[in-house]
Amino acid sequence: MNAASRRMSREWIDAVRAEWIKLHTAPGMLWLLPAVIALTIALGVAAVATTATCVADGCAADPAKVSLTGVDLGQAIVAVLAVMAIGTEYSTGMIRITLAAVPRRGRVLLAKAAVLAGLVAATATPAVLASLLAGRLILPGRGYTTAHGYAAMSLFDGPTLRAAAGSILYLLLVTMMSLGVATAVRDSASAIGIVLLYLFPIIIGSVSDPTWRRHLEQIAPMTAGLASQSTVRLESLPIGGWAGLGVLAVWATGALVIGGLLLRRRDA
Amino acid sequence: MTGTVLNVDRTATTAERQRFAHLLRAESTKFRTVRGWVLAVLAAAAAIVAFGVGPSMHGTCGSGSAACAVPVGPGGQEVTDSFYFVHQSLAGDGSITVRVTSLTGLIPTDATGRDAAIGTRPGVVPWAKAGLIIKASTRPGAAYAAVMVTGGHGVRMQYNYTHDVAGRSGPVSPTSPRWLRLTRVGNAVTGAESADGSHWTTVGTAHLSGLPATVDAGLFATSPQYAATAGGVLGTAGVEGGPTQDTAAFDSLGRHGTWPDQSWSGTAIGGPDNADAQQQGGFEQTTDGFTVTGSGDIAPSVSGVSGIGTTITQTLVGTFVGLTVVVVVAVMFITAEYRRDLIRITLTAMPHRGRVLAAKAIVLGAVAFLTALVAATVVVAVGQRVLRDNGVYVHPATIGTEIRVIAGTAALLAGTAVLAMAIGAVVRRSVVAVASAIVVIVLPYLLAIAFLPAGAAQWLLRVTPAAAFAVQQTAVQYAQVDNVYTPANGFFPLSPWAGFAVLAAWAAFALALAAFLIRRRDA
Repeated sequence: MNAASRRMSREWIDAVRAEWIKLHTAPGMLWLLPAVIALTIALGVAAVATTATCVADGCAADPAKVSLTGVDLGQAIVAVLAVMAIGTEYSTGMIRITLAAVPRRGRVLLAKAAVLAGLVAATATPAVLASLLAGRLILPGRGYTTAHGYAAMSLFDGPTLRAAAGSILYLLLVTMMSLGVATAVRDSASAIGIVLLYLFPIIIGSVSDPTWRRHLEQIAPMTAGLASQSTVRLESLPIGGWAGLGVLAVWATGALVIGGLLLRRRDA
Repeated sequence: MTGTVLNVDRTATTAERQRFAHLLRAESTKFRTVRGWVLAVLAAAAAIVAFGVGPSMHGTCGSGSAACAVPVGPGGQEVTDSFYFVHQSLAGDGSITVRVTSLTGLIPTDATGRDAAIGTRPGVVPWAKAGLIIKASTRPGAAYAAVMVTGGHGVRMQYNYTHDVAGRSGPVSPTSPRWLRLTRVGNAVTGAESADGSHWTTVGTAHLSGLPATVDAGLFATSPQYAATAGGVLGTAGVEGGPTQDTAAFDSLGRHGTWPDQSWSGTAIGGPDNADAQQQGGFEQTTDGFTVTGSGDIAPSVSGVSGIGTTITQTLVGTFVGLTVVVVVAVMFITAEYRRDLIRITLTAMPHRGRVLAAKAIVLGAVAFLTALVAATVVVAVGQRVLRDNGVYVHPATIGTEIRVIAGTAALLAGTAVLAMAIGAVVRRSVVAVASAIVVIVLPYLLAIAFLPAGAAQWLLRVTPAAAFAVQQTAVQYAQVDNVYTPANGFFPLSPWAGFAVLAAWAAFALALAAFLIRRRDA
């Protein structure tokens, strides 16, 4: 390794460390992480506990999907974390110091993304696994047993593993998309408004034309990304699990690229 | 002496009032002069209108298409009026008596309806009906009074579509038959029932205004759509149903009065044009009576699975977008003061900190209310026309209902704005405040309509601020019509204003907490 590349990697490590220090020393910021875990699990348990008991005809719910209902709430907090990571820099004027210290602006954004990705992965994994465990413990009591064709949920089962990995990836991609939007918009309140608008696909539900609705569900970040949570009746999904995550990845990449370009071009 | 005290008091309150008026002006100036906020509020209004008039729905009801003509009942409401009628003319007063010995039927086998080629299995739906009816004419929507046995609700007397009176409960069978009688005297039609043909009980009396001298009277059978919820995939909880039919066996037919016709004739009233013979129904003469088979319903028309078309609520789908924009502006209205330290000047000018919050709430509430009022008025008026032009059947709503939906939507946005501002004053962080406000009002609604089973969904829409969406409900729920009355189909557990009261209570609580905290905390 020559001196230039050593200096290069040194600069990267410094940028990531700086972002980590800013993030974990900001008051209240790290409290969002246990909140993600607690609220995700709480909503998941509530959804599982209110699931309709199976009748003779069969069971209505998808065990993995209903156990992971909490991700719908967890994603909002994850989005808040990502928006605040860049938004507070603009509201306090800290961004000028940050950019003076690390003049390569793209590197600042990527360093933030790396720190956020680590934090969210470390948070989403226990939240998702605990939600699935709660479902595994509670659902058999509501008739989701082998008698109705439902084995206990296990990570060794392909679709369930995909639901778990997909949910963690989903939260990571939502983080990246939120970071990109917030970098582009620069105002925290507006940024979170835009992000949450994307995440709640109520408009799609009101489109009655089935072809249109299916197309919208295929391209909207939340409906496409959460397709990976389904483990039964896969043929009726608008989009396959991994393909859906791919759609969300395109959204996240697009938001980050636009955010990054604007960050480089604009006066801070 | 007392006069002086009063005077001083009055001067004090006048001064106070003037100061509050100044405060209101100061707050409205703050709002007005931030161009971004004004533009955002206009954008919210534009979004509400744009989503409502955007072509999101297409239907098959062309203009004037007979398939979508819904009969109108005597009360002016839309009704479903389709049944099999075995009838004769009855001139003047008279009565008709019959014994029902059985009520059987067929319902679709595949309850989930996923298989297109559905079969049928024996069974009767709870509101399968058969019995006696006196009707002004055979025109669908004409006035009527009927006494009947039902699949699961015992003997009923029903008249003019919306009236329903309960009689003896329990199912009908050959070992436990029911005797029914309808008697016409002038405009009054009385229904009676008996278990043995000698001890009679009056179920009810209907006064049908404008009943002609000669009416159609006889036997009828009808059986409504079967409706059930099916487990949804990816948040689209499905609802499915299918047509059913019932067959009733009548005997011991007796008549009093003047019946000019020589024989009984059978007519399928108001059936769909494309109905096959089985759906149309029919009748057969037996040794001492008839069996009558029918399909349909005689009841108020409902939207959703068991009915057709949509309601004016559909035009307000853009409310969510408008709501989100208003939440962002409302939160910034308070958090921007903290960020720019303007709050210190504001609180120096008006040391009564609670009043500052009150003035902000009034300004925001008024802005949100007026904006949404204009947007909702436009979208309800224009959106309905767009839907009809697209061939969608839109249930007409009364002027009163339209005003309630429009004013309710405006109140919904105003209440949400105040709630969001109060959360902003409590947490003083715009991101957290915006996210909290949106999550508490949008997420419960989303979970309720798309993900949760009906029980949990209704509970959520009783206790969370999302209950306020009930102000947009126009679909009417009838006890005598089986339908999927769930939030996903536009039926809320609370009445419109009770639902709004839940949001108002949350906003009041958040505002009180904010007032408490702003007094205690350093600005």
